[in-house]
Amino acid sequence: MKRFLLLLVVVVVYLLHQDNWNWKNSDLIFGFLPVGLAYHAGYSILAAVMMAVLVKFAWPKHLEEVQPEKPDVNRRDAEPH
Amino acid sequence: MIPIIVIAVYLLIIATIGIVAFKRGQSNTEDFFLASRTVGPMVFFLSIFATNMTAFAILGSSGLSYRRGIGIYGLMASSSGFVIPLTIFFIGTRLWALGKRFGHQTQVQFFRDRWECDGIGTVIFALSAAMLIPYMIISIMGGGTVLQEISIAKGSHDPLIPYWLGCAIVAVVVTVNVFFGGMRGTVWVNIFQTILFLCFGFVAMIVISHAFPGGFGEIMAKIGSDPKSSFLLTRERMPQSEFWSYTLIPLSSIMFPHMAIMCFSARKVTAFKRTVIIYPIAIMLIWLPCIFLGVIGAHVIPGLKDSDGILLRLLNDEAPAWLAGLLGAGIISAVMGSDAHQVLAMSTMFTKDIYTHYGGREKYGEKGAVHFARAFILVVTVIAYSIALYLKSRQGIFEIAIRFAFSGFAAMAPVMIAALFWKRSTKWGALAATLFVAGTLVTFAFLQGSPAPPAAPARPAVAAAAKIAAPDAATATKVDAAEIKVMTNDTAKVIQQSAADAKPAAAAPSAAPKPRMIVLWQVGDHVILSRAPATGDVRFWNSSNNPAGGYMSVVPMVFGSALCMIVFSLLTQPPSRMTIDKYFGEARTQEAPAVTVSSK
Repeated sequence: MKRFLLLLVVVVVYLLHQDNWNWKNSDLIFGFLPVGLAYHAGYSILAAVMMAVLVKFAWPKHLEEVQPEKPDVNRRDAEPH
Repeated sequence: MIPIIVIAVYLLIIATIGIVAFKRGQSNTEDFFLASRTVGPMVFFLSIFATNMTAFAILGSSGLSYRRGIGIYGLMASSSGFVIPLTIFFIGTRLWALGKRFGHQTQVQFFRDRWECDGIGTVIFALSAAMLIPYMIISIMGGGTVLQEISIAKGSHDPLIPYWLGCAIVAVVVTVNVFFGGMRGTVWVNIFQTILFLCFGFVAMIVISHAFPGGFGEIMAKIGSDPKSSFLLTRERMPQSEFWSYTLIPLSSIMFPHMAIMCFSARKVTAFKRTVIIYPIAIMLIWLPCIFLGVIGAHVIPGLKDSDGILLRLLNDEAPAWLAGLLGAGIISAVMGSDAHQVLAMSTMFTKDIYTHYGGREKYGEKGAVHFARAFILVVTVIAYSIALYLKSRQGIFEIAIRFAFSGFAAMAPVMIAALFWKRSTKWGALAATLFVAGTLVTFAFLQGSPAPPAAPARPAVAAAAKIAAPDAATATKVDAAEIKVMTNDTAKVIQQSAADAKPAAAAPSAAPKPRMIVLWQVGDHVILSRAPATGDVRFWNSSNNPAGGYMSVVPMVFGSALCMIVFSLLTQPPSRMTIDKYFGEARTQEAPAVTVSSK
């Protein structure tokens, strides 16, 4: 259920990007910011919130414990310059 | 002169950081290429962001909004703010873990091992290298443009630093930094650079706003009330299909070798947490002011042929000299931050995927590999610099990237996704997808550069729509004619002719000519491939009868690549059980109880 809800959040945010309703709207927000620009600035903030939600509820915690499987051939003792 | 002094000091600092990093470094490839995988969370964010921000984020974005309006933000910035953090979250973290477990330092090392095949790695390497070169060129061109524009004294037209010299200065400083400092020097410089260019946009806005007594609101109101410029405040001339197509372009980000390599360099996976959350905001901080100022510039300084220089023109005209220099340094930061990573990535790829893979290290040792990497940095920079000079008069900053690098890397994303998440994927699927991407890139490049075929006969539906679209199309063609710098000669002739046709049309709408639909491939009533007259871009499935309509070429490339991956994987033998277990089985974890590591 959690996965489904998170997927739904991602899909909805993606769909909100295509804001057809603002296409020909030239109104100014705060007297200087075109509405299409203001909407997408807000969308950027929404994307950050979405990522915060994903980090909180879908973080791949198992990756935090990963250790090297074998000695890496590249990891040799450092040679001085 | 003052701006040049400020920038010279800045460049000196960058070169010095590289040399200090050299003294702290060790002579092995993991340290040179990945800073020994020790990059901490905040530095990781600042560095990965600098990796992804090119000259285009500042110069190209404002230049495009100057021509096309505020829609550029949604087209490129907010879509990137959504897609790039997602790819870093889902793909970047997995790449980091694989690097940690198996010692991979490049994507190709992973692909070779994942699909038990040397050849697939070599093919992907060749394609990636071919697509990365244009991206490097953009950075050098951007640097040359900035230094040229900044060095034009008020009241003069001749720059103190010509374009060729500007490109050379940027190339030399980046080379010194990367040559000596490797990844460590690059990320140290990124801290300084990212902070500088994150501050750039709002400082520029505040400074420029003081030059207009009525404020930005008055200028915006004038733009909106003028029928010739009101489209800049909307997306009425931006096809919705193009807007949607662009959401696929940021898939390229994680496939760029320098981005993937950055993911390998983090000390802990928790470094990704902060990065993915801040990333969309950071994009906004840079793009929003640049796009806003680009639109303002269209009103304040109309008729620029090279609109990529609009921001620099505004700064030169409206900011005090020392501040213009500092802001110019902010732009140079964006340029060099990404360029340094691209150069380092090319060097890493050649050293690891070719030199080491084919026995170079066994022959000349680990120290020899580092020497090889450094020599390669010199060679690749000279090549990129030469091409930057050659292409200056033929290609715009943005066009090179979008047509070849971004679309190609975006179309390679299905290969990476399959490698990470689909056990059943095979080397044949990956090979088919890679060859498909290479084939479509060559085909689209050829179609864009080939002589224009005769205009398609106007079918009834096309003719009807053309009547509706004609006034817009005619005006748009006029605008586009001023910016023809990306065309081949043959195409340019067609467009110039279209523009000539369009001028009287603007004066007398009733006599407007029908927009030219350059159809490349048509099946029945469906236009499968067409060419946008204004830019030469090949468009897919253009049903709108708008010459600039249809989907961008990235759409068939991404979906075609995914289809190839799926079909050919299902038709061929999967990798051995051992390999599948290696990549999809339980990872070895710490023997001590797991400790949750704070992202702070």
